[in-house]
Amino acid sequence: MRARDNTIVLKHDHPMIKSMTADRFFDEMTGAGEDIRQPYAHYHQWFSQQDADRLDKKSREAEAFFRRSGITFNVYGQADAQERLIPFDLVPRILGSQEWARLARGIEQRVAAINAFIHDIYNRQEILRAGRVPVELIANNDAFLPQMIGFTPPGKVYTHIVGTDLVRTGEGEFYVLEDNARTPSGVSYMLENRETMLQMFPELFSKIKVKPVSDYPKNLRKSLAACAPLSAGTKPSIAVLTPGIYNSAYFEHSFLADQMGAELVEGHDLRVLDGHIAMRTTQGYKRVDVLYRRIDDNFLDPLTFNPESMLGVPGIMDVYRAGNITIANAPGAGIADDKAIYSYMPDIIEFYMGEKAILKNVETWRCGEPESLKYVLDNLADLVVKEVHGSGGYGMLVGPAATKAEREAFAEKLRARPGNYIAQPTLSLSTVPIFVDKGLAPRHVDLRPFVLVSPQGINIAPGGLTRVALTEGSLVVNSSQGGGTKDTWVLED
Amino acid sequence: MLGKTAGGLYWMFRYLERAENIARLIEAGFRIALTRSTDAEAEWRSVVTTSGMERAYGEQYDTFSAANVIDFLLRDTANPSSVLSITSNARDNARLVRTALTTEVWEAVNDSWMTLTTLLAEPVRETELPSILNTIRQQSAQVRGALHGTMLRNDIYDFSRIGTFIERADNTARIIDVKYYTLLPSTSFVGSSLDNVQWETVLRSVSAHRAFRWLDESEMTSSAIADFLILDKRLPRSLAFCTSQIVSNLRYVAEDYGNTYECNRKAEKLHSRLMNRDIESIFEEGLHEFIDAFIGDNNALGRQIEEDFRFNG
Repeated sequence: MRARDNTIVLKHDHPMIKSMTADRFFDEMTGAGEDIRQPYAHYHQWFSQQDADRLDKKSREAEAFFRRSGITFNVYGQADAQERLIPFDLVPRILGSQEWARLARGIEQRVAAINAFIHDIYNRQEILRAGRVPVELIANNDAFLPQMIGFTPPGKVYTHIVGTDLVRTGEGEFYVLEDNARTPSGVSYMLENRETMLQMFPELFSKIKVKPVSDYPKNLRKSLAACAPLSAGTKPSIAVLTPGIYNSAYFEHSFLADQMGAELVEGHDLRVLDGHIAMRTTQGYKRVDVLYRRIDDNFLDPLTFNPESMLGVPGIMDVYRAGNITIANAPGAGIADDKAIYSYMPDIIEFYMGEKAILKNVETWRCGEPESLKYVLDNLADLVVKEVHGSGGYGMLVGPAATKAEREAFAEKLRARPGNYIAQPTLSLSTVPIFVDKGLAPRHVDLRPFVLVSPQGINIAPGGLTRVALTEGSLVVNSSQGGGTKDTWVLED
Repeated sequence: MLGKTAGGLYWMFRYLERAENIARLIEAGFRIALTRSTDAEAEWRSVVTTSGMERAYGEQYDTFSAANVIDFLLRDTANPSSVLSITSNARDNARLVRTALTTEVWEAVNDSWMTLTTLLAEPVRETELPSILNTIRQQSAQVRGALHGTMLRNDIYDFSRIGTFIERADNTARIIDVKYYTLLPSTSFVGSSLDNVQWETVLRSVSAHRAFRWLDESEMTSSAIADFLILDKRLPRSLAFCTSQIVSNLRYVAEDYGNTYECNRKAEKLHSRLMNRDIESIFEEGLHEFIDAFIGDNNALGRQIEEDFRFNG
């Protein structure tokens, strides 16, 4: 409904809002259909006074800004390797200070438990002995690294950086979807999205008090430095290890190195020298104390893992085990974010923290168990089935969205390797409006807050990456599958 | 600084310089082709030769027509020295050294790549050529402006400048080499229209046709032009200017690092060959031999720099 030609007025009798609320999904702006939810009140008021053409123009400006800055990514499996933008939506996703505080407590609890769990698995294995997690799940797990047994990394930190994927289904209903404990990506978008919003709508930020996220690179540096080996001295040297400029996340690697004031290195810049890791500079080799690696375990050390790897550093695992380099995240940390382990997270949290999990787990069927497999095969049309080791939305089946033929083909794969899959109910993911064609339309979202762990504590950036499925009705938010992003606001008290 | 980063900066600026020089070569060739249609084929051939890509060209084409040469030099991705290939190389290197660049320099390089890939996506029509060549030059000026205006004067800046001048010295030397016979002091041709055209091409190829008229009060003679391109310290594309820049930028790095390198000695030696000499003594030595040796020594200097500062290991 338009008051003047180009001014958008959103009332509850607006047909668009009606269709949003009539739906079975929880919309974070309009809630269950009553008033605009409190965290969005000021924003909504501001939005309804905006000129739609101006917003349209801003939206295009944002895209030009991302292109000019080179905030692009490459998509795996695309032959022409074109660089693409992750679409940015200018309507922020807003969380109130109270709901955030609860989320943050839950994330902190979960991440603390994950670190305790990994340490236990590679040392005394008490949780296995107590029978709370089956031994086979660890023993037969590719992410389990025997090289880590009996070794404790500097500062006893395994997951220096975690990206906890959350979804919401109702007012207080948050679920953890995945614990990304290896090399979670996307934090550069959290930072650049905010920068973009600040440039596009400075007036919004003087009206609405939003917690800043810009400290993240500084905190990352501090947090990594606090995990340096004891021998590193007071000013440890930090480097970011990237697979190189053709990697899909290269922009983020260079962005973080730049923002932290750390060197951005590739495997061939590094070597083992006198029991340390050293990088080749114009003036000879210089010691590296902390390596924030953005390559997988398997590529880290061709002498220990994949001998074909050109991305890693031959001999780095020996230096690591001698305590002369910090690798973030620790090799073998993936044992904690495995999708089969995921289903045990409530037990894991209780076991190490002595309290109930604050954040809920999504109900999960482990297809390796015969009864679960039967249930999953019988209910394939209602379930989401994922590979245990998959990521990025690849190799998964979204039952309700799949055709009968697709489901049958997938059932074959399931029967062939049941242990490779888990299944979850399709959640009614919450929606947040996006700006389309001079109006608002609800789209499904998830949330990835970024967590830093050091001996000094756990630090969660207030906000995170909100990914949004741009296609109406779609539940897949991955950027590789056409998802976009939003700025994520956490309001000050 | 990482050795790889120094190498990335050096090559990024070599490529940027090369793109600009290719555009300038095409511009000079185009101008001659417009004004002297009878010499056109030979002119386009020498443009390709100067670019150093004659063999690759020969694999695709039999004749040196304007359309083929322009397409080959501007947008053929099979030609590693086409403007399109070079622009993409420059940007890859800029991505590699992103943390060493200011936002302004990075965005200028990225913008240059976005603009030129769009502009050169389709074959270039003759009517558009002048404006496209102009855009290439402007893009290059934008990067240079961002570099001068925003970068700290440290080793990052020095390696950028060293790459620029190694490439530029090589380009100017190649232009002289390809046309050296027109620059020889042979009195019988002086004043003939053939020479005038050739000389103008040479001067245009280094954007010095106007400067020459302003700076050199003497008549346009072969030795005055050779002197200008090789020894004149005022001309930013002369060999003497380039080597003096290389010497001083390498000296800044050496002072910064508290060390002296083999490349410092090599650069000074190369530069000293151009100091305190007159053009006659170069003619006596043999212009072709002199330029040939210069190109070889300049290349060797480039390799020495790569080694001294561990670009590759």
